[in-house]
Amino acid sequence: MSKLEVIQPGMLSLIQDVGRFGVAQLGLSQGGPVDLHAYCWANHLLANSMHCPVLEITLGQASFTAREDTMVALTGADMMATLDGTAQKNWRSFQIKKGQTLKLSFAQTGLRAYLAIAGGFAAQKIFGSSATVMRNKLGGLTKGDGSLARGNKIAAGQLLSAASSNQDRTVCLSVPNHFIPDYGDIIEIGVLPSYQVESFPKLQRERFFQSSFTVSPQSDRMGVRLTGAEIKCDTAGIISEGIALGAIQIPPDGQPIILLNDRQTLGGYPKIGCVSRLDLPKIAQARAGSTIHFYAADIEEKSSQWCEFLGFFNV
Amino acid sequence: MKSAVIKRVSETHVMIYIGDTIAPERASLFGSLCEKIRLEFSAGVIEVVPSYTSIMIEFNLSKISYGTLEAGLTELLGGFEQSAQKIQARVIELPVYYHADVAPDLQTLAEAKNLSVQQVIEIHCQTLYTVCAIGFSPGFAFLGSVDDRIVMPRHASPRLKIPAGSVGIADRQTAVYPDDSPGGWQIIGNCPSTLFSPEREPMMPFSVGDTVRFKSVSLEEFTQQGGQRCPNWK
Repeated sequence: MSKLEVIQPGMLSLIQDVGRFGVAQLGLSQGGPVDLHAYCWANHLLANSMHCPVLEITLGQASFTAREDTMVALTGADMMATLDGTAQKNWRSFQIKKGQTLKLSFAQTGLRAYLAIAGGFAAQKIFGSSATVMRNKLGGLTKGDGSLARGNKIAAGQLLSAASSNQDRTVCLSVPNHFIPDYGDIIEIGVLPSYQVESFPKLQRERFFQSSFTVSPQSDRMGVRLTGAEIKCDTAGIISEGIALGAIQIPPDGQPIILLNDRQTLGGYPKIGCVSRLDLPKIAQARAGSTIHFYAADIEEKSSQWCEFLGFFNV
Repeated sequence: MKSAVIKRVSETHVMIYIGDTIAPERASLFGSLCEKIRLEFSAGVIEVVPSYTSIMIEFNLSKISYGTLEAGLTELLGGFEQSAQKIQARVIELPVYYHADVAPDLQTLAEAKNLSVQQVIEIHCQTLYTVCAIGFSPGFAFLGSVDDRIVMPRHASPRLKIPAGSVGIADRQTAVYPDDSPGGWQIIGNCPSTLFSPEREPMMPFSVGDTVRFKSVSLEEFTQQGGQRCPNWK
């Protein structure tokens, strides 16, 4: 069975599958990969089901040694991967022979890489998912004593095993070039105006769509904070309500926060709309200091693109 | 339910808004409405999240179109009100140790309200509260409504760590913190019961629409039930 030993875990490396659904009414976050596009390609390159757990590696500085011959795929942020010192191209599947070490350096562009293994990483499921949500203390790998996985990031010395070996194949595949995104420093984001958009005066809405915002370093898997023009709303707070993935909430300080996978389930700040689903990976890969421009997107157009995405990956 | 408004907020999320004020008497209706939505749209609906005046629904666009979902919800909401009133809410009794050992705000709240500590405890225990929403963190249940005589706003600046079990008041809401967490509520007691455990079925003792009553217990009962004193507050 394929196995990788964690030599260097990196700053934040988390087991993620598509997420934990159906328990938000208990206050549990969905979790899951913040860059769903890169996650799906990583599984797709290995002919894995889209539900197979993958490792989400933030910022890099991680290395793994194969205990057996292992097929993996690497997508997302380019971390200058090397295999026993030889450069490995990103966005492709390749084999790591027994004893070889895969080493990831710092992310060159973007923030997060996705490392998939043929058959998916073996991880216990809790409420139908092994997605790691650190703030909920759920998901991820157990420490080997059979106890419930407690939302820990991976640690040095841990063994990452494949859940099944029957899918092992040694064909190396690459993602076609036009599907490989450029995680640039200037990012255009489609927004579906909704929620409390009517509570933002016209002038404030114009300011939101015409200004540029800067990604704050105080961003994480819960939300990406932006700084820039102050956007003022007629109401300071609303009665707490469900927060959709990608919702853009604007607290009284006027600085938008885009809410991601580990977001709280309910919140009482006004929201101007939601980032379109297929633009969320760009937000997830945006480094501190990146510039963001918003444009008003058409829900029909974005919905049909989302449907195509779901159909292509069968997710 | 003629007052309901359905609004799409993203490719995959819909809000149903019902009313615009916090009304605990509506919570059981919301709870059963959510159950009905989960049952009727089990194929296409992924998530149903109720709050005070809204229900958020996440749906799978490859299983159900927005048009079909909207039409189905409109029909369901149209015929809902009458039948839902019959559902009986459960009553869950939670033990609370009301004492300065575990509750740094008990005395100050009593003083601010010109009550004795004993009166605050009696008033907090007299009310039958309704679970209006669950969220913020796993198992955190927003309970309404607190008696006017003991209503207190949140602290201006939240505490960095509130120990698990802490019972708090924020305006007309009361709640038990299921786990250690930052928070700004006025802490008046501690409940030794485990309110959220992923190993247990069900994970939580209540859902939206259920009712909760607090019962004052002695230090002895509190510690017997696993409660821990937490004298160090910051």
